[in-house]
Amino acid sequence: MSKDWKSYKPLLLPDIQNLSSIGVYEKNDGYKALKDVLKNKKKWTPENVTNEVKNAGLRGRGGAGFSTGMKWSFMPKPDGGPRYLAANGDESEPGTFKDRQIFEDNPHLFIEGAIIAAYAMSIDVVYVYIRGEYRPYLRMLQKAVDDAYDKGYIGKNILGSGIDVEMQLHMGAGAYICGEESSLMESLEGKRGYPRVKPPFPAQKGLWGRPTTINNIETLANVPLIMKNGADWYKKIGAEGHAGPVLYGISGHVNRPGVYEYPSGMLITDLIDEVAGGIRGGKKLKAVIPGGSSTPPLTAEAVQGTAMDADSLREVGTMMGTAGLVVMDEDTDIVDVVTRISHFYHHESCGQCTPCRDGTGWLENTLQKINRGDGEMRDLDLLLNICNQMEGRTICALADAAAWPVRFSIDRFRADFEAKCKKTVYALS
Amino acid sequence: MEDIKFDKDDLKEIEKIKAKYPDTKSAVMPVLWYAQDKFGDTNVEVQKLVATALDLPPSHVYGVVTFYTQYYDQPKGKYVLDVCTCLSCQLCGGYDMLNYAEEKLGIKAGETTEDGLFSIQSVECLGACGYAPMMQVTNDKNVNHLTKEKMDKVIEALKSGKDIELEHITIPQHQNVSK
Ligand SMILES: Cc1cc2nc3c(=O)[nH]c(=O)nc-3n(C[C@H](O)[C@H](O)[C@H](O)COP(=O)(O)O)c2cc1C
Ligand code: SF4
Ligand code: FES
Repeated sequence: MSKDWKSYKPLLLPDIQNLSSIGVYEKNDGYKALKDVLKNKKKWTPENVTNEVKNAGLRGRGGAGFSTGMKWSFMPKPDGGPRYLAANGDESEPGTFKDRQIFEDNPHLFIEGAIIAAYAMSIDVVYVYIRGEYRPYLRMLQKAVDDAYDKGYIGKNILGSGIDVEMQLHMGAGAYICGEESSLMESLEGKRGYPRVKPPFPAQKGLWGRPTTINNIETLANVPLIMKNGADWYKKIGAEGHAGPVLYGISGHVNRPGVYEYPSGMLITDLIDEVAGGIRGGKKLKAVIPGGSSTPPLTAEAVQGTAMDADSLREVGTMMGTAGLVVMDEDTDIVDVVTRISHFYHHESCGQCTPCRDGTGWLENTLQKINRGDGEMRDLDLLLNICNQMEGRTICALADAAAWPVRFSIDRFRADFEAKCKKTVYALS
Repeated sequence: MEDIKFDKDDLKEIEKIKAKYPDTKSAVMPVLWYAQDKFGDTNVEVQKLVATALDLPPSHVYGVVTFYTQYYDQPKGKYVLDVCTCLSCQLCGGYDMLNYAEEKLGIKAGETTEDGLFSIQSVECLGACGYAPMMQVTNDKNVNHLTKEKMDKVIEALKSGKDIELEHITIPQHQNVSK
């Protein structure tokens, strides 16, 4: 991508004072997309809205990067019974902190997107699942929702259109796994957050046994942009095949960490060196985790010339994930970092599947042994073997998320691991 | 200690919570939050109360409380300092901040001071990685860009009964543009 990102003006988080208040939002074309859709229901049938979002090329921002319009089209035809949208604001993947900024700076954009999505899928109630650690931001969103109800953008007969959509906020209570869509539904139903076996998929049998779609907060915030400006306009933003603005969360050893909005397809080096002000203390780069702790880390060499979009990242053996980049300088002890990541997944495994429950424990314990200097070379093979036993063998993808950072760190930073292992001494020879 | 009971107003609030969901069971998480706000924790007695209010088996409520880390099934200090030591915070000195808090209060992570004022916990990512190292106070406000001085200030403020301020985050991009 060329340097024209420098003149890019944020669309999801524009630089407007007090945009979180409904009056300011309305003055800046807020709720215009929703009005246009509901005033022209003949032109904007639910199918047409879904197709517009599909044609725009919007991909989910929650981690998996699935086509949003496609996902909406999986919803069965309305049968008169209730249908639900679950907006995923669990945001618990280490390195990820961007949905939080939407709650704080532009909550109405999200609300508007969620209501348009609800119309497109004939949804009755939107449940917004927000992690319990975001309580102050939940209060901000609740204020925005109350104001939107008062102005008739949510509730019965929205803007006189005959469409009814309710919105309820649900606060989590500290469990990473509840970001996984089926665990989220269990949690909303008042249970322990054990992921469900699929199929049936949520569109068939979701919340309370009814058709349900799960979308990330940032994903839904993109919807008004598409409806206001059209799929063709949207498609041209950023990388081909992964269109749109992206909220990049940059953390770790950089001078100016934080959330930044730029088009997809930004070069990782531009994000680190120019956007985030370079590495602290003028140090050299050691590694980058591109999209939250579960995405395989990249070496400094692999980062060169690599852009933040699904295809480019696949080529270097990693993923876009949540676009939460964790930057590590040359002094970083990779073994220590991976050990801490493994502790996280061990702590967060729900324990339903043996490969995950036991595997995450084995990974953490073995890494801790290596990290404190008691490991042996063969422990590295043991770790890879455990990863083999975990990947693709469980109910949800947490096991994979736990295995990947370990597998690919050993793969890409093997010397660092070997340096911490005892040299095996043979009695003979 | 105050009686573990819901009064009339509480029961009214619980009815409002129940109305948000198609069945009663789904109200268990918000009602547990409500109870924890009122009683300070969700120990077994509180769990039984919630179970009765929602007509659920106490075992179900126990199962929920023990699945989620933010429900306190044991009494905690009045102020709980959740110091993040996860990935980005680890990289930016989260463990130093944890150790400093432990030294200052003379307790280890997972413990409570004798006067019942403070608990310290080492916690997983709190979704504020760009503002590392950071901590959260009693499941609510964040203290970002922690330093020893900032830790001192927060602890002093809490000791004297003052609430801490919410730190609004302006994205650095806007600061650049407005300059
Ligand atoms: C272990 C695990 C944790 C997840 N955590 C989150 C999360 O915190 N937020 C989120 O939006 N998606 C999370 N996801 C992805 C969701 O399952 C789901 O794909 C996503 O919310 C769909 O929204 P999208 O299509 O808009 O991205 C997680 C997935 C897994 C396997
Ligand atoms: S993979 Fe892990 S987190 Fe997912 S359902 Fe199985 S045990 Fe639970
Ligand atoms: S790692 Fe500490 S807030 Fe995310």
